[in-house]
Amino acid sequence: MHWKEDKLVDKIGKKGAISIRNVTKIYDPEGVNVMAVDDCSLEIAGGEVCMIVGPSGCGKTTLLNAIAGFHSITTGEIYLDGELLCGPSKPIAEQGADRIVVFQHGALFPWKTLIENVAYGPIVQRNLTKSEALDKAGQMLSEAGISDTIHKYPGEVSSGVARRAEIVRALINDPKVLLLDEPYRAMDALTKSIMHESLLEVYDKTRVTIFFITHDLEEAIFLGDRVVVMTTRPAKTKVILDVKIPRPRDYQVLSSEQFRLLVTEVKGAVHEEAIKAFEAGERELA
Amino acid sequence: MTKNKSPDASIKAPTGIAMTLYTVKKSLLTPTPYLMFFGVALWLFTYWALCEGWKLPRFNKLPGPVEVLSEWMSRDPDWGISMFSEDYHNHIIVSCKRIAISFSIATGIGVPLGLFMGWSKKFRDYSFPILETLRPIPILAWVPLAILMFSGLETPVIFLATLASLFVTTLNTLLGVDSIDESYFRAAKCLGAKSSDLFRHVVIPGSLPFVFTGLQISVGVAWFSLVAAEMVSGEFGLGYMIVDSYMNITYVSMVIGMLTLGFAGWVTSAMVRWAGNRMMQWRVRALALEGR
Repeated sequence: MHWKEDKLVDKIGKKGAISIRNVTKIYDPEGVNVMAVDDCSLEIAGGEVCMIVGPSGCGKTTLLNAIAGFHSITTGEIYLDGELLCGPSKPIAEQGADRIVVFQHGALFPWKTLIENVAYGPIVQRNLTKSEALDKAGQMLSEAGISDTIHKYPGEVSSGVARRAEIVRALINDPKVLLLDEPYRAMDALTKSIMHESLLEVYDKTRVTIFFITHDLEEAIFLGDRVVVMTTRPAKTKVILDVKIPRPRDYQVLSSEQFRLLVTEVKGAVHEEAIKAFEAGERELA
Repeated sequence: MTKNKSPDASIKAPTGIAMTLYTVKKSLLTPTPYLMFFGVALWLFTYWALCEGWKLPRFNKLPGPVEVLSEWMSRDPDWGISMFSEDYHNHIIVSCKRIAISFSIATGIGVPLGLFMGWSKKFRDYSFPILETLRPIPILAWVPLAILMFSGLETPVIFLATLASLFVTTLNTLLGVDSIDESYFRAAKCLGAKSSDLFRHVVIPGSLPFVFTGLQISVGVAWFSLVAAEMVSGEFGLGYMIVDSYMNITYVSMVIGMLTLGFAGWVTSAMVRWAGNRMMQWRVRALALEGR
């Protein structure tokens, strides 16, 4: 049955559909059960940019960790293109190059140069020979606007360049889903805007499914096809907002009437949850 | 791994002798060499003043710096040991050989042991209690057992000099593996790395900074366990020379031996530091940008 669905998916050319069904996650750090995610369901279509917005520590990252296979889920199921990633029979998903994570603090290997970092996936999966992989990495980096610094180490380049290279390192593997965990959190507004434009450019080229966690509402609306506002812990979907701003988008969008209306529409919901989270005053979970 | 080509061909970094000259010139403009010189001078003066200048009680029996230096430089030393005596050269050569062998054995066993202990929880559970129990035992206490365990004169010496550095290297490597950020493991697995790849591409390079800190300490530890180790040998070696001079009440030679050993230790740790920097260009360059 599964392979039929796969064929279908290939035909439409929209791989990377994620289906989160009634997922609950209970942590048990000190013998006290903490519910991080409560009966959360979400359908993400292949090729969609799905932005997850919610207060700090609400359980967004728990969902991402479950999809990526870093953590188990307690109940519920998660499917990728109709195939079970994790569920009652296997609480923890297998990690694989079809779902690649870009981390909050960046995880380029500091001991490899940018080009070696990017070439790492194809080399380690033995999809390409070393020299082929390096050629392709160099080409993809230069398409992403990085050419002078490809032989530098991550510690030598700006955070903007490093983060862009990290996204290229993910894309070279042609993943079904890109999982981004607040990748632009620590950046200044100017760098952030450049990052946004380059991510949009990448998306327009690849149409990869993007699962993007943020607590910046404007970022979410600017980048996303859909914005999912989560409640404070335990996380549930509170509001789902369809963003019908046509692509390709550029920075003009930010000053448009449509954009402002969308922001106003959900700002209240986000603010309400932020206050609840603040009052709960608990530490973030992993 | 590819060799790093300079990305901007128009600006060429100086190489070889030009580079060395540049670094020397640059370092002369910093306070470092002058502070080092001043520090040594201050220490020498205090030493001199205590022993030879003011001749304070207790200190007046010690060999002072003038006495030691003139003996050290003498072509015809009163106590048989100076820069020009063959025995002195032999002591140095023999000790350096022993350190080279011990340090190589300690590194060859200690680094892999530490990596595996950090890598495999099971292996660590097996071996950690033993390591922690053996580690605090002083080298001197091992001397009789070493003589019983090994035949000949050389093997027990090597064993004793190896032991202390082995523990230092193992523990530091283990801590190095622990220090690696979890997200590097996750990132590598996301990119399709298997267990063996993780070991080669994350565990080894990620722990290198700690490994080299450990190796710097361990080479020093090897030197200072040498005195205990060479008590066994009965001939040659700086440690033996120190013990022998003490037995023969030739304190001037003893101090010469101590200073030589200290200096040799400094040189070897500098060599380890240099090797570490060569192997961790990524770290050197990132630290340089932070102004360190």
